[in-house]
Parts: sequence; C-alpha cells; structure tokens
Amino acid sequence: MSIKTLTMTAIVALGTSAAFAEEVRVYNWSDYIDEDLLKKFEEETGLTLIYDVFDSNEVLETKMLAGGSGYDVVVPSGTFLQRQIQAGAFQELDAAKLSNSGNLWDVIQERTAGYDPDNAYSINYMWGTTGIGVNVAKVKEALGDDVALNSMDLVLKPENMEKLASCGVHFLDAPSEIIPMVLQYIGEDPDSHDKDVIGKTEEVLLGVRPHIQKFHSSEYINALANGDICVAVGWSGDILQARDRAAEADNGVEIEYHPFAEGSLMWFDQMAIPADAPNPEGAHQFLNFILDANNMAAASNYVYYANGNKASQEFLEEDVIGDPAIYPNDATMQNLYITTPYPAKTQRTVTRLWTKIKSGT
Amino acid sequence: MGRPGLAVMDGHGCGFAGELMRRALLIAIPYVWLLALFLVPFFIVLKISLSDVELAIPPYTPTLDLSQGWAGITDFFSQLDFENFVWLTEDDLYWKAYLSSVKIALISTVLTLLVGYPIAYGMARAPTEWRPTLMMLVILPFWTSFLIRVYAWMGILSNEGYLNQILLWLGIISTPLTILNTNTAVYIGIVYTYLPFMILPIYSSLERMDESLIEAAEDLGCSRLKAFWLVTIPLSRPGIIAGCFLVMIPVIGEFVIPSLLGGSGTLMIGKVLWEEFFSNRDWPVASAVAVVLLLILVIPIVLFQRNQQKQTEAGQ
Repeated sequence: MSIKTLTMTAIVALGTSAAFAEEVRVYNWSDYIDEDLLKKFEEETGLTLIYDVFDSNEVLETKMLAGGSGYDVVVPSGTFLQRQIQAGAFQELDAAKLSNSGNLWDVIQERTAGYDPDNAYSINYMWGTTGIGVNVAKVKEALGDDVALNSMDLVLKPENMEKLASCGVHFLDAPSEIIPMVLQYIGEDPDSHDKDVIGKTEEVLLGVRPHIQKFHSSEYINALANGDICVAVGWSGDILQARDRAAEADNGVEIEYHPFAEGSLMWFDQMAIPADAPNPEGAHQFLNFILDANNMAAASNYVYYANGNKASQEFLEEDVIGDPAIYPNDATMQNLYITTPYPAKTQRTVTRLWTKIKSGT
Repeated sequence: MGRPGLAVMDGHGCGFAGELMRRALLIAIPYVWLLALFLVPFFIVLKISLSDVELAIPPYTPTLDLSQGWAGITDFFSQLDFENFVWLTEDDLYWKAYLSSVKIALISTVLTLLVGYPIAYGMARAPTEWRPTLMMLVILPFWTSFLIRVYAWMGILSNEGYLNQILLWLGIISTPLTILNTNTAVYIGIVYTYLPFMILPIYSSLERMDESLIEAAEDLGCSRLKAFWLVTIPLSRPGIIAGCFLVMIPVIGEFVIPSLLGGSGTLMIGKVLWEEFFSNRDWPVASAVAVVLLLILVIPIVLFQRNQQKQTEAGQ
C-alpha cells in the first residue's frame, strides 16, 4: 500500500469517526432535567446533544424491541430495564469510561441490582415513589378539614371518590403501578404475579372508576397546577413540579404530594446504552457527565426527584434533601415496596384488566 | 386502468414498439404504486400477524432466515398460523372496539356533512372574486400542525377553559361543564379536524354546477327548496360521497383525537391497537387487529364501487 493510499484511508477513517462523534442522542422522560445542563454538556464536550422525551415506558420499550432507535442513551424504569436486558437491547457499560461512578449511592445500587445484576448495564438517574397529589383546599372542601390526605382511602373508597369526582381525579395510565398499589391496599402482595390475586383488584377499581376522569401519565402536572383537577395518583417529582408551577403562577392553587400511608411503590429510572447505539463513546461521556455530583444535584434541584448519587447530596437544596416526600425518612422507607416484571401471559391479563377498567369492556 | 392506453392507440408517427412501451408504462405506474405503497406493507403486516410473540428484537418469531436456503423458507412458512385471528374472536373487546369505532365514524361523518355542506354551498354561491379567498380560509388551518390545533381544543374545552369561562361569564351556566375527556369532545375534535375534507369535494362539485338548471327548475314550478332538493343535492352527490369517504375512513382508525380529547372510556380500535402494540408488546395480535381493520375498511368500499358501476351501466 502506498503512503498516499494510507493517508487517504486514515483521513477517511478520521472523517467518519468524527462524523459519528458529533452527535449524542438522548431519550429521556418528559419534564425530567434542567435544560441548562444540556447546554453545559455541549459546551464541555463539543458534542451536539439531541434530546427527545417520552412519557411512558411502553413507548420506549417498543422502540427498543423494534431495534434501530438511533438513540445513544435511554432511561427505562427498573422492571422494563430488566426485561429489555433479557431481550438483548442493551450493551454493558465500560467502567473505564465512567470515572465519576464512585459517586453512586450504595443504598440505591443494592436495590437496582435486583433489576440489573451487578449494575452492569445501567446507572441510576433518579428514583421516586408513586403517591398522591392533592389540591388541599378543594379536597378539604369536598371531604372536610380532618381528611387524611395521604391515605389510599381517598382514591380507592367509592364514597370519597364520589365527592371528589366533580373537582376531577386523574390516575396514572400505568397498570404496572396502579395494580400493585391496589393489591397493597387490600392486603395482598403488591408484587403478585398470580392471575387470581391480580383479578381481585378489578372490583376495587371498578368501584371508583365512574369517578375517575382520566388515566394519563403526564397531563396531570398541568391539570393539577391549573386547578383543573383536585387529585392525581402520580409520580412524586411530577406532583412536586405541579406544586411549584402553581406557586409560580400565583393562582391560589396549593398542591401537596404524599407517599401513601399504606405504603408506596418505589421505582428507579436507569440510564442505559442501547446495543445498537450509533455513538456509544458519546453515550458514556453523557453518563459520566450525569454522574458528576454537581450536575446530578442541579437536575434533582430542578425536577424534585431523589437521585442515586451519594456525592451530589451536599449540593442539593434544603427543600429537596430535607423534604421527606423526596428523600423519605427511615420510617417511610421501610414502607416502600418494589415490583418485578410480569411474564408475557400475566402481562396480557394485566393489560386486559386495565382496558376493562378504563373502558368498561 | 387500461383506459389511458386505449387513448394512445390512435396516435400517429410513433413506431408500434414505442407505442407498446408507452402503453405498458402508463399501465404500470398505478400498479407499481399500489404494489409498493399498499400490497408490500400489507403483506409485511400480514406476515407478522401469523407469527408468535417472543422476548427478542424484533419481538416475534419466526423471522425469515434466507441463509439456510429453501429449508429456511419452508421452515418459516410451517411456523405461521392463524392463532392470533382466533384470539380476536375469543375476546369481546375487539368487536366492541370495531363497532364503537364505526359508530363514532358514522356519527361524526354525518355531523361533518351537516356542517360542511352549507359552508361549501355558501362558497360556491359566493361572487367569483371571493372564492379563492374563501378557499384559502378553509385550507389555512392546515398550515398549523394538526397536533397543536387539537391541543388548542384542550385549552378551549377544559373545566377552566375559555368556553366554560365565557359561558359562566354570560350566566348561561353556574358550574363548569365537563366537556374535555368525554365523547362530546371527541366529536368536536373530529368534526373540526376533518371539515376541510368534506367541504372541498362538495365545493368542487357544486362550483361546476350549471346554475341555469336551477332557473329551469324554478320556471317549471319548483319552489327554491324543492329545486335544491331535486337538482342541487343529486348533482353534488359525487362530492358528498367523496367527502364522506375522506372523513369516515381515517376516523375509524383515528388515535390522536380520542386519546387527547376523549376520556379513558372512549373505546376505539386505534387505541386497542396501541395497547396491543405498546402495553402487551404483542406485535402479532396488533398486526391481526390491523389486518381485520383493513378488511373492514376495504370491503364496503369495494361493494360500494361495484354498486356505483352497475348504476352507471344501467343508466347508459
């Protein structure tokens, strides 16, 4: 091979790798980051960041299973991550490229290892609980001043829901979270995969169904903040964001978030790199950027979700680290439960039950 | 589809072979179009509908393995079956969803016709110099994204939305009406979105109408209303039919409007399809639902066209 050809090949090779390195595509949940961080990442690395959002694990999972999503970093929740790892959708992380991984919090790492053994495929981005968001004034107006705002009775007892219906109640459109919650309420194992046990939730949910205005997993943030609805069963940080949006708008709406007194679901959103990511190098750079204590703290301070980054805790604002709705105290922590993915047959039962509850058929 | 070719037959000056080529090309274009954009995708969906679910990428099996040659192909076909179609008949969810979609589509088509016809009539009767402006006004909403327009309706129809605020201010109602997240909102959204598809074909058939026909009818003793009923309506029939098809067919499979404006109780086949595909990760059943939906749409259209053809032949 002549020197000329060699140089040409080298130039072409450099050219292509440079072209690949220019972009990192991230697919994350909606309302889930401080957008200043995205600019900061671009400035620090010189990479172009393409940041898209979704609002349901199902949408992400379908893209992962179809393959060729074109994303370099995606953020599935624990149970979904576990199943997608089994399907071969992710690549193992290269520890050498994640110099900040020492910042991770062992308490959370131990729990996420249940979904991702040895945490080989993912890092924790944020975690939270599924609980209840209330418009304090409207709920007290409907149910009296001494109502327990953190009880599942509020949303699962028909006589309460009847009174709340006129001011509007939304539930998450996520059977994998609502069904465990109802199981917990009726004293069954929230992580049950037994069809008959799962079937018991039908009666409870159908009892309150006529009073639920909508099942949706992102609309409730604005709906709560605007005062369109008065109760939402939703994700901790989303409801806290609604609280802040209402406060900013100064519209007289006061929102509170509570994990359920009966016990709440604890979930983990994990950052992982798809097996066919076009730019795994850039993906690792993004993960390492997120693992930085300051950056992670900035994200949590902005979206009001707890993170799995021990080192970031000293940079967290007092209304984040000090809020038991975000960083639960030990008593609440004892009360939290986790779930595991449903096998395909059980999944079908769950989806069918969910359709029946939502649409009445 | 052979008709364009016939017209070319009496052309002069070209060689016979060239003539044949042109004919073949003219006939081929629509067939290639149909093959590439309808039949190929349809067979891909049909193939998936005969497969089984698997936790893999892609999430179904079998996949065609050409490296094993003929054995691979026969092996592939032997694994296909109609299990998923049988499944559709075992659960009443599916036919209920089909029926409910057809019902919503029929009602909204009638509503769109009732709103669209007077508008199209008004446009066709307007002074000639106004017509391009009116036409522009009908098309103008397309310049904004469809999604944004549906979102705008959420702002109008919500409990704290503009409509309720105006009605409360006028004193017509004392508590806000719940419109958003109900079927009413779905109908409003559909009629609004699909209105131009109804107006444009009706307008084009009305515009071409010879107005002296109405004068003749009136000279012969028809009242204005009767002339409208006996002359205008039958002459605009092709436009009405085209408009109804353009509205009804996409509405049956509609997903965005019911999921944004409808409540969780709004049962439509588009949503069922979404759930099979996304929640159950069951692409084969989702594809079976899609194949049946296609048959539901195609069969009445074919029957209708046959009927039309017979009528024209009988007329001649």
